[in-house]
Amino acid sequence: MKIEINRNKCGYCGACVSVCPTLALDLKEVWIDVDENLCNSCMICRKVCPVGAIEVKK
Amino acid sequence: MKESYDVIVVGGGPAGAVAARFAAEGGASVLLIEKRQEIGDPVRCAEGVGTKELDKYIDEDPRWIAAPIKGATLYVPDGTSLKMRSGNPDHVYGYILERKLFDRALVEKAAYSGVEVYTKASATGLIIEDGKVNGVKIKRLGEEKEIRAKIVIGADGIESKVGRWAGIDTTLKLKDIESGVQYLMTNIEIDADNIEIYMGNKYAPGGYVWIFPKGKNRANVGIGLLGNKNEDGKRPIDFLNKFIENRFPNGKIIEMNYGGIPVSGGIEKIYGNGIMLIGDAAQLTDPITGGGIKHALWSGEMAGTVAADAVKAGDFSEKFLKKYQKEWESKAGKVMKRDLILKNYYINMSDEEANKIGKALEGTDMTGVLEVSHLVKLLVKIDKKLLLKLGANEIGL
Repeated sequence: MKIEINRNKCGYCGACVSVCPTLALDLKEVWIDVDENLCNSCMICRKVCPVGAIEVKK
Repeated sequence: MKESYDVIVVGGGPAGAVAARFAAEGGASVLLIEKRQEIGDPVRCAEGVGTKELDKYIDEDPRWIAAPIKGATLYVPDGTSLKMRSGNPDHVYGYILERKLFDRALVEKAAYSGVEVYTKASATGLIIEDGKVNGVKIKRLGEEKEIRAKIVIGADGIESKVGRWAGIDTTLKLKDIESGVQYLMTNIEIDADNIEIYMGNKYAPGGYVWIFPKGKNRANVGIGLLGNKNEDGKRPIDFLNKFIENRFPNGKIIEMNYGGIPVSGGIEKIYGNGIMLIGDAAQLTDPITGGGIKHALWSGEMAGTVAADAVKAGDFSEKFLKKYQKEWESKAGKVMKRDLILKNYYINMSDEEANKIGKALEGTDMTGVLEVSHLVKLLVKIDKKLLLKLGANEIGL
């Protein structure tokens, strides 16, 4: 299970970055970068997102 | 950009700008980097700040004051309201800011003090040698450089990496973050000098809804919801949409802001060898109000001043920089501790309990009740359990 950022919803606020335990997320200027090698699929980022922009990749 | 500086500040928000300025005024050579294209944008803030002590950091300018605030109304879930105003009708106790202009003014002040400033410049890592931070890896316009520094100040916001790179765990737990959405709305009916707060699970589980005026018929309307109470279909944006549908059916949204607000009460250790963390990066925000601008200014000043002192002393060790945390604790430690207790009290409160408190306080003269400490004094009279939790010695704050 991997995450995917829905860029049409995301407001690049960085809340997800702040809770990520593995440093897999990074807030660039106006987008969130996901490092799939670091992501452990804990989904805590999905939980905190204020708008539901983090989706499970199919 | 030079090869090395005394101090590098990562992040050009209020904390970073003030830290950079005070370090430069203390005689240090300072570089300030901001990853965004422009200082002050996008806004991730409700923009409210108390007027007290503000003039120490910035020269008052009507350009960055959206609205002077003279009162507040608190609503509990059943609609009971508590109105708080100063006894003096001219007393302005807070401002709603234009953060875009406020942040720029702070960075300009730093620039006038000799700070070098670069935007569109991100930190991608730290230079760490023998357990001491000795600089920052900076990427600017696609080019990566290692810039050395005697001290690095992390002012890189809620998404801070500087601390984590240096071995300080700043990862937030869901119970320690408010997940927020805010709309700048226009064409709405409000009192331009009065803020409104809506409390309880009905409006915002573990958080609250705010209306912060930004002039006539214009306001930041936002919500913070505790991270661990967030779920699909019941996210901050869902609660906020429901709220504005009822309160402002004719309102128009002209800006949307999202953001996380730390409510942990601050990370345990905010310094290390060659490093200090300030503002949101150190989670220095009030855990019950979520306010953090003043905390950013205070911690920025303290860290900037300690950095300049360290440069003068030639000592960048953890032991020397500990002075920063000590100063922070003597200034704000007690209130942070009290407000963390209040936060835990509040997030476990049911709507029925909140309504009861509303009823008990309804009709009480709340003239002059303009700060959390004033409200606490009223609350402990009607809830002795809270008094016990706080410990009587804390009440005088």
